[in-house]
Formats: sequence, C-alpha cells, structure tokens
Amino acid sequence: MDFNFTDEQTMLRDSIAKFVAAEYDFDKRKAILKSADGWSKKAWATFAELGLMAAPLPEEYGGLGGGPVDTLVIMEEFGKGLVVEPWLQTVVIGGGFLKHAGSEAQKQEHIAAIASGERIVAFAYAEPKGRYNLSDVSTTAKKDGAGYVINGHKAVVIGAPQADHLIVTARTAGGQRDAKGVSAFIVAKNAKGVTTRDYATIDGFRASEVYFENVSVGADALIGAADGALPLVEKVVDEAIAGLCAEAVGTFRLMHSLTLEYARQRKQFGVAIGSFQVLQHRMVDMFMATEQSISMAYMATLKLDESDTERAKAVSAAKVQIGKSGRFIGQAAVQIHGGMGVTEEMRVGHYFKRATMIDAQFGNVDHHVKKFTNLSMPQAA
Amino acid sequence: MNLEYSAEEIAFRDEVRAFIRDNYPAHLRDIESRDKMNREDFLAWHKILGKKGWSAPAWPVEYGGTGWTSTQRYIWGEENALAETTPLLPFGLSMVAPVIYTFGTPEQKAYYLPRILSGEDWWCQGYSEPGAGSDLAGLRTTAVRKGDKYIVNGQKTWTTLAQYADWGFFLCRTDPDAKKQEGISFILIDMKSPGVTVRPIIMLDGGHEVNDVYLDNVEVPVENLVGKENQGWTCAKFLLAHERSGIAGVARSKRGVERLKDLARAELADDGGPLIRDDDFRRKIAELEIDLSALEYTELRVLANEHAGKGPGVESSLLKVKGTEIQQRLTELAMEAVGNYTMPYFRSAGDGNDFAVGPDYAKMTAPSYFNMRKTSIFGGSNEIQRNIIAKMVLGL
Repeated sequence: MDFNFTDEQTMLRDSIAKFVAAEYDFDKRKAILKSADGWSKKAWATFAELGLMAAPLPEEYGGLGGGPVDTLVIMEEFGKGLVVEPWLQTVVIGGGFLKHAGSEAQKQEHIAAIASGERIVAFAYAEPKGRYNLSDVSTTAKKDGAGYVINGHKAVVIGAPQADHLIVTARTAGGQRDAKGVSAFIVAKNAKGVTTRDYATIDGFRASEVYFENVSVGADALIGAADGALPLVEKVVDEAIAGLCAEAVGTFRLMHSLTLEYARQRKQFGVAIGSFQVLQHRMVDMFMATEQSISMAYMATLKLDESDTERAKAVSAAKVQIGKSGRFIGQAAVQIHGGMGVTEEMRVGHYFKRATMIDAQFGNVDHHVKKFTNLSMPQAA
Repeated sequence: MNLEYSAEEIAFRDEVRAFIRDNYPAHLRDIESRDKMNREDFLAWHKILGKKGWSAPAWPVEYGGTGWTSTQRYIWGEENALAETTPLLPFGLSMVAPVIYTFGTPEQKAYYLPRILSGEDWWCQGYSEPGAGSDLAGLRTTAVRKGDKYIVNGQKTWTTLAQYADWGFFLCRTDPDAKKQEGISFILIDMKSPGVTVRPIIMLDGGHEVNDVYLDNVEVPVENLVGKENQGWTCAKFLLAHERSGIAGVARSKRGVERLKDLARAELADDGGPLIRDDDFRRKIAELEIDLSALEYTELRVLANEHAGKGPGVESSLLKVKGTEIQQRLTELAMEAVGNYTMPYFRSAGDGNDFAVGPDYAKMTAPSYFNMRKTSIFGGSNEIQRNIIAKMVLGL
C-alpha cells in the first residue's frame, strides 16, 4: 500500500498550479468565460504543451503511458483553478473509450490527435428523459448496409460546442432501458445531419443539445462490440467520475481555505468572526469533510482497475460522499462569507457552483446511494 | 499510489490469520455482542499475545514492539476484527506505556513495560474529576511532596474498570500557585495503597464499567513520578493523542456492518420480507458503509504519514470524531433492526432476567446503544476535538 505521488506526478501538479496562477486567475478566467466561445484555445494549447493530454494515454499512440493517478492530479488542480476546458471529456472519456475498446485504426486515428491537443471529444450519452440511467437510451442506430443511421436527441453534452468529434451511445437492439443493445459510436461533429444548440452552463462550461437526424456512419464508427457497449460505458463513466471526484476535492480545498481566510479578516462585534466557536466548529466540519473526500477520491482512483463490481462500488461510494460533502462545504462556505458569498464578486461562489454541479453530473447522491446499496446488498441475497 | 499487498504482506496475513485461528479461545469469540465480560475474559487474549510477543505492535521494538510496518498493523487489526477477538484494553498498552517509554526513567521502563506486555498488571486512568471533564487542566487532586513520598488527596471519576486495576496513572497538581497547565504531574499509583477507594458508577446499560476513585492521604514513592515534576501536562497531551489514534476502530466497525447486515437478514420488515430488502433500512446501512469507507481511507493516509516518521498528530482528532460517530450509528441501527425485542432489560445471566427473551442477537442491542453514547464524550469530547482542530490545524 502506498499513498505517495511520484516525483513526475508532483511536477505535473506544480506545472498546472503555476499555469493557473499565471494564466487562469479569477479575472483571466472571467474574461475567458465572457468571450464569445467561452473557453480558451490558448489554455488548451498550453495543456497540450505541458503534456496533460498525453499524460494518461498509451505510449504507442503518442501518450505518456500514465494512469488514473495522473488524472487525479490534473483534475484536482483543474478544480482549484475552475478550469472549463473539456479535458475530462476529451482525454478521460474520449481517450478512455478508444484505449479500452477502439480498433487499431481508431486508436491510430484519434488517440495521437487527442494526445497532441488537436482533437476535442465530447460524450453524448444523456437524453432528455434518461436521467442518470446509462442504459436508458432511446437514440437509435439502425443497421444500413455496412454502416448505421443514427437518430435521436442527446442532452447537456458538456464540451460539445468545442468538440470536433462526439462519442454517442445509441440503441442497436432491445427496448429503451435494456442493458443489452447499447452501442457506442465515434462521430465527426460535422457529419451530415448533426446539429447542435450551444449554451453555457451555470458553472461556466459550454454544452449543447445535440440532434442526430439520419446521420449515416460507417461500420468503422462503432467502438467495441455492437449491442454490448454498456459495460464499456460504465467503465469509462466510472473513470470520469473518479476524475470529477478529484476535481471536487480541488474545489473543496479552495472553498475551505477561502473561508478560513475570510473568517480571519472579517470583523463583526469588534472581533474577527473566526473567533466565534460556532463558526470554528463549522469550519472544522468543512475540514473533516474535505479530508474524507480526499480519501474517497484516492480510493475510487486506486480501485478503477479492480473487478467491475468492486470498481463500481468504490466509485459510487466516493460520488455519494463527495456529493454530500460538496453540498455541506459549499453551503457552509457561502454562509460564512455572508452576503458577499452570494455575489459573483467573490471567488467562493464560483467554487460553490462548480461543486454543486459536480453532484448533478453522472449521477447524484441518491442515484449512487441506490447503486451502491444494490451492489453491497444484492437483492437476491 | 497503489492499494496492493506485497507477497510478504500476504504471507504475513496468512501467518497471523492462522495464529488467531489456532490460539484464540473459542468461547470468547464475539463475546462483546453476546454478554458482559469479566476480568478473565478481558485478559485472556492479551496474555496469549503477550507470550507470543504480539501484545503491543505499536511499541518501539526495543521495548517489546513487533516492528511491524503500518500496513502489517492494519492487517493485524483487520484479522482480529474478522475473527471477532476481544479488543485489548488500552490503559496499559496504548496509554501509559507510550508515556513511560517516552518520558520514564530506565528503572520505570524495566519494571513496568514487561508487566504491561504480558498482561500481568491491569492499569486504569486517573484523569477526569467531578470538576474537570473537558476542562481537564482544571483538576484539583493534589500531590504534596514530603521527603521521598507524595501525599495524594482528591477524587477522580469515570475511571474505567478500576475495580480490576493493579495500577493507575494519575494527573495531580503539584504546584498550586502555577498557571493551570503548568503545575501538574504524572504519577503512578499502586491501587492497593491504603487510602485508595473505588466506588462503582452504574451506566445506562446497567453495567459496572466506570468508577469514582477517592484518594485519601495516599502515600506514593517519589520514584513513581514520570517525567519532570510540574510537567505532567506534556505527558497528558501526548497520551491523549495516542489514545485517540486507535479510537477510529475501523476494522471492528467493518465487522459491525457485516453483523448489522446479518441482523437485517434475520429480521423481517413490516411487509414480511427480510429487513435487508426494505428500501429505507438498506439505505441507512449503505450510507453508514460509505462513511466507514471514507474513514478507513483517511486512517490509511494517516498511518502512511505516521510510517513516514510523523507521530500521531491532530489527524487523530478527526479519526476520533468520525470513528465514534460511526460506532454509535452502528449500535443505533442494530437497535432499530430488532424492533420489539430490543426492549427486554438484559443485565447479566442470573441477574433478574435469567430466562431468554427474544433472539440471542437482540439482547445486547439497546444496552450497546446506551453504552456507546460514551464514545463521543470520553477521550476529549467530540466538541473538544473540534476545538483542537480549529486551533492546531486551522490556526483559528
């Protein structure tokens, strides 16, 4: 058992922290969010230069051969900087699908392009009525000669405005919620019949509603086995959740330290509000929730390569703990900041928004408690 | 970072598992959840481990520690919890002993430590007083030096299992004029000394677990002082940090979750199905299990730090708070799980209810619930732990 980061991982962390301090501070980030595209191509290029795209991808396709711990380090620092570029979607999800199940040709074509920063991928899985159920897929991909024709509507696809390729889940067989019959495809966003409505999310990301209208793709667009993609989707989503947990930890650390700082300097009744025991204990509870969350982010990350059941249990447990902690830490941070906490002027509120939205991504507390419960206490037992 | 055990660690696990299987007295397996324990029950496993040289894994090797790594100690804890062995009492092994080997004289180390290791001496803790609970430094028991003796007078309370104790470690005021924390000394007292009186305090579960200890002109040789006179507060704080580090009780709580699931399988919900399939109840178990997982990995991170040379620090306050919350929650859910049969008052065999009422697993559920409320109060209440974190970690 070992909880240490390697020197390379520490250097990676430092280089992102340096970047955030110099190029992605509060005002610069605000300007990025206000720009027409709402994200920074320059930052994206810097990420590629720093090797962040290549970090967790396989070496034979231009990656650096790292693993989930590299993702953890990167996402935690992104959380501290509230980075809105779609790195998770592109590298962890896009790269994840391709490295786990891509054909040789798909790997050659896409992984090297992701690693170099040329390719941006978004994951079109959620549907307007599918909520968090990964097998609830009504988008269809009908066999057409050697290829498929895709029809459907995908909801809140984070990073789709920036993306040049989409990974799409679609039903090739079975009923709307059947586990079997789900397939995954990689589709160029400029393919005929793909349209998007782009918008901003409340936490500063960009997303789209994506519509597929008779979109023809070749057989080479299929990732992994036809009808049998659900286990792959679950695995990649778990890897993404572990990344989100690390990102959440970054936001928690900042909310906690910003709150401490504020409580030390803000005076009421002639003294710093940090001298009040009722607020001290609240901040201690924030500290404990943060530490527990760090532990869970590590645990989920380190169990990603275990059996499907162990992995899913670990990830759901982490997502539950981090969802609850995010709610608590965020609300406490805003409360202790008082009126300033509910304005756009203070940094803390922006972390609160991101931490809150992380709970809504890939299944909230209720979703993952239920999932964990069924894995821990199987109904048949 | 990784979570894997090495081949040596797996071999170690197999070795300790086999040792426990071959040496742990069968009649004591899981006795805590079935019955009250007597003096011999408490000591049996300690004595077996003392002979094997495994009673104090956390001690430095030179004093009788095992030299195990933090991972090996973690494995040891896990295996004991799996086999439902009785936990070793902390008062000698993990409270007074670290103070003695850290602050004691060579003579004190040579005399006391082997007797603690073997289980020969039973120790109790003389810290709290009627007027000094969370505000421990407000203690008023005095030790006045007279020639080569201290004359000790005062009252200690909440002294756990003092009725069995051979020795006690006491905080006494040796300089009444000094500032609160600065006039205190750490003194070892033979519980058989004239002037020591132990009076039982009966807890909500009906058990005799704690006591008042009265000290009336008790004569104590000056060589029983540990560390320097008037510097006992250093020992006291050091001991409290050690006391807290074992307090998370992760491995035993993991076993506790499994037991709770067994209860929920045996009991029926209102719809006649197993309670474990009741949506509300299974969610409670799951959320507890998740909290426990967060505590487990936090403790592993703390252990890894300790192994890297940092002693138990303020993190132990966090482990204390979260660990005790979970232990309490476990007893709460067990009580809920058994429904009506949590009500009959079980004291001990032959003591009032000497015929069996309800399932065997039900009888200790309410007593355990009431008893375990102590955990968020003792060892520095959970509110005091928050004060410590606020001051030491957050710098408030």
